[in-house]
Amino acid sequence: MQIARDILLRSYRSMRTIRDFEERLHVEFATGEIPGFVHLYCGEEASGVGVCANLTDTDTIASTHRGHGHCIAKGVGVDGMMAEIYGRSTGVCRGKGGSMHIADLSLGMLGANGIVGGGPPLICGAALSHKLLKDGGVAVAFYGDGASNEGSTLESLNLATVWQLPAIFVVEDNGYGEATGASYAVAGTQKARAEGFGMPYYECDGTDFFAVYETAGEAIKRARAGEGPAMVHVHLSRWYGHFEGDSMSYRIDGEVARERAERDCLVNFRRRTTEAGLLDAAALDEIDAAVKAEVEQSVVSAKAAPTPEDADLLKDVYVAY
Amino acid sequence: MSKKSFRQAINEALRLEMRRDPRVILMGEDVAGGRGGTSGVTDAWGGVLGVTKGLQTEFGEDRVFDTPISEASYIGAAAGAAATGLRPVAELMFVDFVGCCLDQIMNQAAKFRYMFGGKARTPLVIRAMYGAGFNAAAQHSQALYPLFTHIPGLKVVIPSSPYEAKGLLIEAIRDDDPVIFLENKVMYDDEEDVPDGSYTIPFGEANLTREGDDVTIVAFGRMVNFANEAADRLEKSGISCTVIDPRTTSPLDTGTILDCVADTGRLVIVDESSPRCNLATDVAALVAEEAFDALKAPIRRVVPPHTPVPFSSTLEALYMPNADKIEAAVKSVMSYRMKEEV
Repeated sequence: MQIARDILLRSYRSMRTIRDFEERLHVEFATGEIPGFVHLYCGEEASGVGVCANLTDTDTIASTHRGHGHCIAKGVGVDGMMAEIYGRSTGVCRGKGGSMHIADLSLGMLGANGIVGGGPPLICGAALSHKLLKDGGVAVAFYGDGASNEGSTLESLNLATVWQLPAIFVVEDNGYGEATGASYAVAGTQKARAEGFGMPYYECDGTDFFAVYETAGEAIKRARAGEGPAMVHVHLSRWYGHFEGDSMSYRIDGEVARERAERDCLVNFRRRTTEAGLLDAAALDEIDAAVKAEVEQSVVSAKAAPTPEDADLLKDVYVAY
Repeated sequence: MSKKSFRQAINEALRLEMRRDPRVILMGEDVAGGRGGTSGVTDAWGGVLGVTKGLQTEFGEDRVFDTPISEASYIGAAAGAAATGLRPVAELMFVDFVGCCLDQIMNQAAKFRYMFGGKARTPLVIRAMYGAGFNAAAQHSQALYPLFTHIPGLKVVIPSSPYEAKGLLIEAIRDDDPVIFLENKVMYDDEEDVPDGSYTIPFGEANLTREGDDVTIVAFGRMVNFANEAADRLEKSGISCTVIDPRTTSPLDTGTILDCVADTGRLVIVDESSPRCNLATDVAALVAEEAFDALKAPIRRVVPPHTPVPFSSTLEALYMPNADKIEAAVKSVMSYRMKEEV
């Protein structure tokens, strides 16, 4: 499959931005300056970016508590995101959502979500909007292997098929729901679940951008053509704990180091694109430098930004009350 | 203007708004009914109690959706659709079923706007039946409006008559925030004169159904009728009551309640929901804080006991507030005498 050069460059930039953003948060969180909970997406970048490279601003996604990567992949700016995570008034949600509620509906980003299994029902609704408003859009629910066991998720698979919605269910299977292995907590298989609800099942290596892009692309293409929902099961690994501060005592020593060494989506992408002559190393180096500066600047700006005003406490509970 | 039932008033509100705005859609379990059945009959039920009858016939299957019995998925879908350009009216059938989908209401729809820094609109209406008096027992009889009233981001409407139901539902559908619209299942056949055309009743503006000098009665939903009945009887024995129908519990017209208590100095609150942390405790706290000096007697609450709703008619009658209990409560506050200061 031939992927246009601009898509490759844009996707690399998104993946690199996610990686740097998350690695920087890991460092900054340890200083104690970042309030609340933070869940990092390092290691999973190719999934969000590979899926979203098939989408436009008209399409909708719903994310999870581990949502920074999906936000960046859907085009939310890092300045607004970093400021939001620092709880500043310049944040994308004006400091009232934080890491777990970053959203930008103007970009079709229906929000990270603090509730496991919160997204799939919402995506059925967004898909219904696309279908009834005939805007050609599709809706994508990202959720983990943990959320795949939520009743709300299973109900959504059923509803999406019953209503023949342009909905894609992307299971980001990193092998752990919090501190419990999927090998224990997930009965049967995702494939059998998809087929049980009458929708096609696709799977791919979530550390391989090309695999995700092409696999999700097929599912999205058929949904766009009015052929109904599909499940895309993405196999990947998270490089940090469930949340920042998690010692990961449930993982064997060396597990993450091996993943980093062998399944780094950025390293794999660079190797593949440069060896095939699709991109040159200098272009990628240029992106690396630009992203590094952008993330650095986002931290500087966030730390300097004002906190919300007292009056903001009471604002925006309702449109009108 | 013609006599219409509570059921017809709601049907008419939905029909008028669906004609007016193509973004208004309807979904719920058997809101039409019949899909997939062997008879091929469509619009078979029009809602479990016939409230939405004929709407799928008029507006088609792209506007009126039957759902699987799967509240988490379709209430969540209604929230997602509302946030992305439609104006869904989702029917939860019995409000007791909120246990199956509370997350989608409480953590999702109610909080989008605040969490997203004011950048979301969720014009969603969730209709549901509530209330005892139908021998429907513990899982189909609750009056859960305090639960929703408790959640910032939701608006909560409890109409007390067919006229009120039509105007408040049209207002709810045009509102840009998530609205919980609760219909007392015992009232569907109640009739009164209702205009044929469209009209709206604003939220947060209480209606005084009786005006008097001695006691203020605040009553919610069906309890307004009982309060009116009690007030009419009491009038004959020389006690005049103001009856307040707040219409919405969120927003709540606190100004009208406080003004009336300032005039009468006595307050009885009638609430059909379970007695702990309900609307009666909420209004009692409001008046205790804001109008203490006006009170000539303790506040009295006419509420059910802290039990599930029983099945047996004997026990259910005992459980429910009614006009007799309201009358007794009013008489007790009228006969109260302050202790002489020593």
